[in-house]
Amino acid sequence: MLTIDRATYDAIVAHARRDHPDEACGVVAGPAGSDRPTRFVPMANAARSSTFYEFDSMDLLRLYRDMDNRDEEPVVIYHSHTATEAHPSRTDVGLAMEPGAHYVLVSTREADTTEFRSFRIVEGTVTEEEVRVVAVLDQSTTEQRT
Amino acid sequence: MSIEVQIPTILRGHTEGQKTVPGSGGTLGELLADLEGRHPGLRDRLVEGGGLRRFVNVYLNDEDVRFLGGLETPVAEGDTVTVLPAVAGG
Repeated sequence: MLTIDRATYDAIVAHARRDHPDEACGVVAGPAGSDRPTRFVPMANAARSSTFYEFDSMDLLRLYRDMDNRDEEPVVIYHSHTATEAHPSRTDVGLAMEPGAHYVLVSTREADTTEFRSFRIVEGTVTEEEVRVVAVLDQSTTEQRT
Repeated sequence: MSIEVQIPTILRGHTEGQKTVPGSGGTLGELLADLEGRHPGLRDRLVEGGGLRRFVNVYLNDEDVRFLGGLETPVAEGDTVTVLPAVAGG
């Protein structure tokens, strides 16, 4: 299960909407081993494409150095699909290299409804998981379900 | 003194879980060949045919080796080589 706070959830969706018709991408970093996505980091899609995304290689280096210095890891890796469902494509599965991450897919194919789904991708196997949106990460008593 | 190679999480199965491993060589290609002796299978995850795999990024200090010389990039003692899989998809 992915537990994510409302503000971060909204920021991911807003990024996906803003970059449409290109795919949007980014990470939510969090303390290593915590499974808590706390630091929203939108990234540029170097591919500038409606069917592909890739972090720029220098941005990628800076991101991982930064996370290393803060003792963080990529808890969430997100990207959008602009014309298809919010489910990992064959390409997504082939290129998924963070077995510990929650892979979040947002679909912007419909202007008025947003699909937001989360998956684990481990050695080619995709497993969907529940997304729990909370008001604040530490106070799970105020949770809402999507 | 040697060359420090930073290994991403997904490839640490080849390095007994170590985050950084030391290596030596005059070029990136030689360095990877040196590492292969102690960490079998690692090179194959980075190299395909005669070049680096498309979705693996290798940096010499702060530069992407694709813009230096790929596997022919000269490396020296005291350098840091960082390996990061691309974050990409469709």
